Amino acid sequence: MSSLRDLYQELVLDHGQRPRNKRPIHDCSHEKGCTHREGYNPLCGDKLTLYVKSDGETLDDLCFEGDGCAIFTASSSMLTEVLKGKSVAEVKEILGEFLEMLTNGEAEPDPEGLGKLAVFGGVKDFPARVKCATLPWRALEAILASQSDDEGTTAGAVDSNDDQID
Amino acid sequence: MDPLKDVADCRDLEFLRQNGARADFPLLQNEDLVFLDSGASAQKPQVVLDALTDFYRTGYANIHRGVYRLSQQATELYEGARGKIQRFLGAAESSEIVFVRGATEGLNLLAHSFVRPRVQPGDEILITQMEHHSNIVPWQMLGQETGAVLKYVPLTGTGELDLAALPELLTDRTRVLAVTHVSNALGTINPVAEIIRLAREKGVPVIVDGAQAVPHLAVDVQALDCDFYVFSGHKLYGPTGIGAVYGKAEHWRAMPPWQGGGDMILSVTMEQTTYAEPPACFEAGTPDIAGAIGLGAAIDYVQGLGLANITAYEQELLAAGTEILGAVPGLRVIGTAADKAAVFSFVLEGVHPHDVGTFLDGDNIAVRTGHHCAQPIMDYFGIPATTRASLGVYNTAADLEALAESLLRIRKFFRV
Repeated sequence: MSSLRDLYQELVLDHGQRPRNKRPIHDCSHEKGCTHREGYNPLCGDKLTLYVKSDGETLDDLCFEGDGCAIFTASSSMLTEVLKGKSVAEVKEILGEFLEMLTNGEAEPDPEGLGKLAVFGGVKDFPARVKCATLPWRALEAILASQSDDEGTTAGAVDSNDDQID
Repeated sequence: MDPLKDVADCRDLEFLRQNGARADFPLLQNEDLVFLDSGASAQKPQVVLDALTDFYRTGYANIHRGVYRLSQQATELYEGARGKIQRFLGAAESSEIVFVRGATEGLNLLAHSFVRPRVQPGDEILITQMEHHSNIVPWQMLGQETGAVLKYVPLTGTGELDLAALPELLTDRTRVLAVTHVSNALGTINPVAEIIRLAREKGVPVIVDGAQAVPHLAVDVQALDCDFYVFSGHKLYGPTGIGAVYGKAEHWRAMPPWQGGGDMILSVTMEQTTYAEPPACFEAGTPDIAGAIGLGAAIDYVQGLGLANITAYEQELLAAGTEILGAVPGLRVIGTAADKAAVFSFVLEGVHPHDVGTFLDGDNIAVRTGHHCAQPIMDYFGIPATTRASLGVYNTAADLEALAESLLRIRKFFRV
């Protein structure tokens, strides 16, 4: 069992209280290479809209709007900061590793691969909080899936309700 | 039959003032635990656990069936529990009490069997902005099915119902008014007698959701003159999966059955069924017999403490807690009704309730965080969630002091 200090590390507190890239993209449309997706955690009321601007190769801009707890806000903020400018392939790899770290009870965290995102490794020991950290990532997952379908759809919302480990 | 009887006679308000009723609750013998989530579900006293195990160990059989003595005795215990609920609520007859799984099932039963046959498209169902989702969603579903319109009595800034708006909302199309007795999210005690009187003037039947009321105050359904009163056992120190609906006998007799099955029939041929009389026709299938008996034991327990003593003691805790939490900077209590139960729903400036809840858990303090299944209330106050400390007979002022100290540490940690 991690301590609360492991859950709320400096970096999490910092991003939780002063989130980066917390803004909307107005006129977000498929034609402009922009996709947005809503995420909602019905358990605690965390709400998010994640915006991604991409030419199909690189994620040129990521930002979000929403209100929730420190874990959720920090996770959203760091997602946008870390992934900005990365290629779609890189983003998919980080996304997979991040979700694996938080939702697979057996997984060993890989701080090397995730860089500073590894600070969320401690969340795994607080099962009721896993969904807070994964919500923006589930929204990103849905955006990437819609882009690879080339549908560009922004309909529907995701929730991270299934993200709970034993 | 009633192990508490002797003890009960010597219990009074002073007994509760000593250390609450904590000693009666096995789970709370863990001295480190500060349990402040009775509004979600209350802990169980030893006498309730004993009633459950005694029944399964020495008295168990199905009811209303066997000619053998064990089955007859089980039937007597089950029907005895119904009688305890009748007396607990002040109902005229025990047949006015129908066992259900809880308040939620009770409200769904009433939506289906009482209200549905009475509504036409354009008719109105009146509830309030203060309701738990269990007293909203069944009515929304019924509205979608029948074309009936759902209307809400609005809230005020103190978390009370705006009763000035009520007379106009009670129209000649209003078919039912369903209102909570005590708000789960705010603690507000609604003036249900007054509300029922206003509805009665317009000939509108009233359903009262008493899930959050019965653990804290004495209820007399005949004095209230409500048409129905529903509650859950698990918030009343009883088992989960059991609750009851009180209804006036004239209503039960006129209502179509709900679920079909065994135990609710007089005779079944291949062509048709003749239904049993109420309450049996609303209790299809083998019910939660042990749960009903456990609920009966829980009622004996709270009556042993005395509802008047419980109310008085919890009001003292409410006053003490208001002062203790008032000393925490940045803490704002949501729901400041003049008449309220010992519930503290609050926001802490700069720290989200979900983070507060995790920190409190780190200090072994159990609270509820979130929207409390009452999102329209959160919307009214413009907040996504609150932290809620809800008290029961086992709590003491020391629990509230522990809460306040932990909140001060949280403020320090988050540097607010």
